[in-house]
Amino acid sequence: MGRWLRFLPVLLLALVVGAMVWRLANPPDTTIESKLIGQPAPQFAGEPALAGKPVLSSADLADGRPKLVNFFASWCVPCMAEAPVLMELKRRGVPIVGIAVRDRPADVAEFLASNGEPFERIAADPESELQLAFGSAGVPETFLVDGRGVVRMEHVGPIEPGDIREIVEAVESAR
Amino acid sequence: MNRLLLFLAMALATPALADSSLPPAYWANRQLPDSRQEARAQALMEEIRCLVCQGQSIADSDAELASDMRDMIRRRIASGEKPSAIRAWLIERYGPWISYRPPAEPVTWPLWIAPILLLVAGGWIARGRLKGRGER
Repeated sequence: MGRWLRFLPVLLLALVVGAMVWRLANPPDTTIESKLIGQPAPQFAGEPALAGKPVLSSADLADGRPKLVNFFASWCVPCMAEAPVLMELKRRGVPIVGIAVRDRPADVAEFLASNGEPFERIAADPESELQLAFGSAGVPETFLVDGRGVVRMEHVGPIEPGDIREIVEAVESAR
Repeated sequence: MNRLLLFLAMALATPALADSSLPPAYWANRQLPDSRQEARAQALMEEIRCLVCQGQSIADSDAELASDMRDMIRRRIASGEKPSAIRAWLIERYGPWISYRPPAEPVTWPLWIAPILLLVAGGWIARGRLKGRGER
């Protein structure tokens, strides 16, 4: 018994090394999901993101139509890649509203002019307040909010062409 | 020659910036004038996880989202909100993961009980040893 006990430290070391190797081989998922799914979207009075564009406020999120709320920014490269996909969703009749994170009106205008303008309304979020209120952790991120203003789904990262069908179906079923 | 060109091109390349061009929020890197409020804000910021650099607290992180979170926390503390209420607001949105202080829930009981169990086990071993010494 005592002789075997001598090997305990070696065994412990092997266990620790084994755990480390396992973690390196199976890296954890670092995606942060909002806990607001199934909860009402946060209340906010929107600030204008650029002149001449209707401003998004929380009242617009409970107007009876399910819609996508897209967090985007002119300085976000994946958002550029996502823009044509949002245009395709708009073409298929999905209402989309935007929240411009930490952006200047002139930069937002330029971004929309060169990448397309899928948004019905836009709110500015210069200090990430709306982002934090939604439980979002970056751009781009998209929430599906149903007609009663309840958050139904979250898509972290750019929406890709392969996601279009699933999203259109989710919007349909949120009606 | 090609290699030299390639080397020069790499030396001149600039990284693609993943940050906005807006300056940090007002209270992001500024202390509150009331030192007691600032101490409360600082204590909370050290226990809130940064959403971008997920191993750091927002007090330590240079990420823009972390500076916006510091701004939010300082403004709320200055307006009289309790740190526990702000923490609860964040947990509602991001889950208990965002807080470095583990909550006393059934799933964390082993964590809280472990020091007591280890202390008892240590005491038991020490007792056995001391007893043996006395008899000799």
